[in-house]
Order: sequence, then C-alpha cells, then structure tokens
Amino acid sequence: MANNRRPEIGSTIAIQKPVFNIILRRLQENGYQIIGPRVKNETLVYGSIENMDELPYGYITEQKAGAFRLIQADHKHYFDAIPGAQSWKQFLFPPCVDLFTLRKNGNGWEISNSKLDSPSYAFIGVRACELAAIQIQDNIFMRPDFADPTYRERRQRVFIVSVNCLAPAGTCFCASMGNGPRVKDGYDLNLTELDDVFLLTVGSELARSLLDGIEYEDASAFMLTTAERSIERAAQQMGRTLDTNDLPELVLKNLDSPHWKEIGERCLSCGNCTQVCPTCFCWDAVDQMSLDGKTTSRTRVWDSCFNPGYSYLAGGNTRPTISSRYRQWLSHKLGTWKEQYGTLGCVGCGRCITWCPAEIDLTEEIAALRKETR
Amino acid sequence: MAALQTTAISISQTNHLLEPNWAEITAITNETSDVSTYWLKFVDPSMQAGYSFKPGQFNMIYVPGFGESAISISSDSEDRDKIGHTIRFVGNVTRAISRLKIGDIVGLRGPFGSPWPVQEMEGKDIFIACGGIGLPPLRPVIYHIMHHREKYGKVTLLYGARTSGDLMYPTEYDEWRKADIDAQITVDRGDANWSGRVGVVPMWFYQFRLDARNTAVLTCGPEIMIRFVIYEALARRIPLENIFVSLERNMKCGQGSCGHCQLGPYFVCKDGPVFRFDALQPYFNVEEF
Repeated sequence: MANNRRPEIGSTIAIQKPVFNIILRRLQENGYQIIGPRVKNETLVYGSIENMDELPYGYITEQKAGAFRLIQADHKHYFDAIPGAQSWKQFLFPPCVDLFTLRKNGNGWEISNSKLDSPSYAFIGVRACELAAIQIQDNIFMRPDFADPTYRERRQRVFIVSVNCLAPAGTCFCASMGNGPRVKDGYDLNLTELDDVFLLTVGSELARSLLDGIEYEDASAFMLTTAERSIERAAQQMGRTLDTNDLPELVLKNLDSPHWKEIGERCLSCGNCTQVCPTCFCWDAVDQMSLDGKTTSRTRVWDSCFNPGYSYLAGGNTRPTISSRYRQWLSHKLGTWKEQYGTLGCVGCGRCITWCPAEIDLTEEIAALRKETR
Repeated sequence: MAALQTTAISISQTNHLLEPNWAEITAITNETSDVSTYWLKFVDPSMQAGYSFKPGQFNMIYVPGFGESAISISSDSEDRDKIGHTIRFVGNVTRAISRLKIGDIVGLRGPFGSPWPVQEMEGKDIFIACGGIGLPPLRPVIYHIMHHREKYGKVTLLYGARTSGDLMYPTEYDEWRKADIDAQITVDRGDANWSGRVGVVPMWFYQFRLDARNTAVLTCGPEIMIRFVIYEALARRIPLENIFVSLERNMKCGQGSCGHCQLGPYFVCKDGPVFRFDALQPYFNVEEF
C-alpha cells in the first residue's frame, strides 16, 4: 500500500501501527526529543521514549477521587491509558528553571543569564483536554504585552501528536468543558487508534514532510465512521459531569457562601491539585546564596495558592484560612479566569480529583453550590 | 471596563525573566525609626536617562540572595535624576535593604502598574486620604499637583499615622501648604510632642466639605482605613468612578504572570495597584479574598 503522494493538510490517512515508529524516528532525525506516556513505578509518567514499545501498550487506568490504578485491558491499544499526575506542563513550564547567577564584584554583582535553550520536544499522545490546557497556558505565558521567555522558547518548537481519547477515566469530564474527547485544533498530527490501524489527520507542513514516502492509505469511510463512533461513545462514558451554565457568575455570586468553610474543613491545603493541574501557572522566584555570600543563583519554581506564604504580606496573610485558599483556587479556575483570559481555567482532565488525598471533587462542590443557591 | 487603562505603560519584553538592572544608592533619608527613603540612580547613565514613571507606579527592588520586593515610587516624577523609594523595614527583603549603605548596588525593575489618574483629574477638587506608609505612593501626586497647581481645584491632604513619630515627610508639609495644598495631619495617639489632631483618618473625614460632583478621592493605607474612607466618601455621594484606591498585595513578577497578587479578576501588579473603585466594589467586602 505504498503511496507516493504526500497527504494534504486536513486529510486523514491510515497507517499500519508499526509505521508510526518511522515517524518517531524521523522526528528524532530532525532533532526532536520524543516525549510520551510511559509506565514507571506502577503509574504513568511522561518521559523520553525511543519508540512505540515504550508506550503503555495494553493498559488503561482506573481513576476515582483520591485513587489511581494502572490495569491491563482486555483489548490492546497504545493510547488508551489516561495520564497520571504528570502533564505536558512540566516540559513547557518546568517546575524549576535557573534564571541567572550573580557573582559579587566589588560593590555590585556580575550577572550571567542561564541559557534559554531547551530540547525541541515532540509530544506523543496529547489528549484533547491536555491540548486545551497547553492553549490556555499559551494565553498566560505568551500574552501580546508580555511573553515569558522561558515558556516561549520551549513552546514555539514543540511538535504535537495529539490523540482522540477513546477510553475516558472515572474522573474525566472534558466533554462537559467542551474540550474533548475529540481534538479540535493545535496539533501537527492527530491520531485516532483503531484496533488495527492508526488514523492520522495532518495538521502542519512539518507533519506532511515527515510522512513523505511512508506507507499509508487514505482513511476509508468505514474507518472514519468507526473512529467517530468510538469518540462519541467516549463522550458518553465520562466519569464526571460539570454543569458549566453561568459558571463564572455562580461562583462569583457565592463568594460568601458557608460552603467554602465546609470544604475548608476537608481540604488539607496540600496543593496537590495545583501541582497536577495542567493549567495552574503560579510561580515564585527564589535565591540560593553560597555560604560565603559571593554568589547567588535565582530560580523560578512552581508555587501554589494553597501555600500559606503565597499571599504573605508585611501586614499579614491575605488568605490565612484553608477555606479562603480553596475558594481562591476554585473561583479562579471556574470564575475570574474567564475575565482574565476569555476561557475557564479548567479543561476537565480530572487530575485534581484523582490526586486529592481528601477526595475533594470540584464537580461535586460546584453541584453543591448550585443546589444551595437554588 | 476593568481597572484603570494602562495604555501608556508598556511592559518590557525581556529575554531573561526577572533580569534586574543595577542601580546605586545615592542617598538615604531616615524618615522614622523603621522607615527610610532610598534614592536610587541606574548605574548605566543611558538607562537613567531613559527611565520615567508616573505617580502611583512601583518598582521591584532586588537584593541578591534575599529576593525582590515591590516598592512604590515616592519621588517627583519630573525629577529624572533620581528615583526615591520610601521603605518600611518589615520583611526579609526590606530588612536586607535596611542594612545597605550609600554606594551599594541593588537590582531594579520597573516601573510597573497603573498610575493615579492625574490627567483625568484636572479641573477637579482633589481629596487625598491616606495613612501610615500609604503616603509615599501619593507623594508623587502631591508633587505633580505642585508643578501644575493651576490645573486643579481645591486640594486637600488628610494624612494620619499611629504617633507623631511615625509621620512621613513632616518637614515638607509647610511647602505643600505654601503651594495651596491643605495638608491636614492627624495621629492615632497623641503625645507630648503633638498638639495637632488626634484620631484616625476616616474619623476626621466628616469635617471636610466636599463638592460631590467635582471631587476625586484618592486613598492608600491600611485596608481597614481604606474601607472606612470609602464608606465616608460614598456617604458624601462621591461617585464610584471618582474614588481611586491603591492596593498592596504580595507581588513577585510585576508583569501579571506569577499569580500572587490576584484579587478577583485582577493582577494588582498589572491592573493595579491604582484601581477605580467601581472595579473593586464587587470584591471589596469579601473577607480573605
């Protein structure tokens, strides 16, 4: 089934699954570092992979509030395991970035800026919710009036292979948020995994060139229908739903609700939700000085609105209670974010539910708030 | 409309996040036992020549090894030779600043944030109500009015501090009065050195007659004082659009990126620190928000 024609942008082709390895190899030849989901320590992480054999073949994940488990599926797919705590955020907005080092020089300081260079990443298996999260972080870190150089440097070189999600987990609700499970845009290649082939929709010129001369056939009507049905079925299988009607208004009109105090009694303020959230963007900068006081290095690190020091001021703490911090987090995600960036700050990936040790579920909390105000 | 329009302020496109420029401490003025004004000048003369700010804006001052602190600019915006920062020594960074001497070098980024609307207020009476360390961010407004006195109507400053020893810039009040600025000073607690007003700022507010249709109220200070100043102003039927507030929040980047200074939909460092009160009203009485 060799095909000499380069597939057009927007067209969907079918390849035999092993052919995908050729695409991965070509990405590597083009200088890309391949990042994909991998099984590690009985969970799923994102890390460097060489080829498809390292993907979580045959796995799905079982997820509920406060629980995550990798299990072997009856059917064998490469891309059916819904991710764990990690997200692509850690590559574009790393948890720790060296900014500069200063050396004492007389009265002043000599600066050496850290190099911005990072590998060119190829992300393999970006789900619709995660792609939406990347687009949300683009709005934050690449504003027209201020572009974060550390983010921009990484982001502008990323190659994205997205996947239509066919096996949502118990804490998923991307369908409610309007982000998935179908990938809309922003990819180089979009993959749908059928039992015997991968369907690939071409999204960029670079992707087109990578497909040069590989063995493919145009996706048949049967394949496309099968894919559509699988995506629709996935949309019906979301473990959670969130009613987004009037969502910013609902949250912002109820900032005085006693419900926040009630959540505050369950929340541990551990910040897990903010660390696993693919859109949470808060950061801090910290100095580390050598013992002799002659050099100091400045590092950008993730911060969390659940940290007690987050709102610390000379006059005291703006949000001293856990309930006020939870309210800040949720009213930002599902409220004020909209005014700031035009979208909600939640993509429906469900990580904050899965990884909350107190099993707090924002879909339940919003439902409770809704019920209370009715 | 959200916060004040900040069209005049462009946030610099930097290639290196948080990279400071270096400035030398050229003079230190001791204001009170725990407050001093640090006069800074960029080490690079062209940087100094190119630097300008508007009244109400702030800089990030960086002490290597300790970190950055957001400090409002307290000097005359028309004086291009030096930049004054009146600093209370209360935190990690500001205490490190307190140990610096003339000739020492600090990092400086800025200016950031929205200014007081000095142009928009032309033709109006101005009522400035501030407390404690809330005067420094308003001193550039006072200087601006002094430079352009004919453009403003009646100008009143109501300023309070805890004790007479905590008053900022006491030697300047007479100059301000000479420029037809009615400087009224009050202290929370009187003592042997004080023969003036005693009582908190909002308490004295009622003594002043304001033309509700044509007065702009500017306020900065402890949030509890701001709250009561605003109640007083609203009770006098000053429209929300003529009340301006400068707020303090934890700030790390100055560019609306790091998230710390959020107040509802606003990043105080970018959309503030100066807000028109109608933008703040929905969130103003929400506790711990």
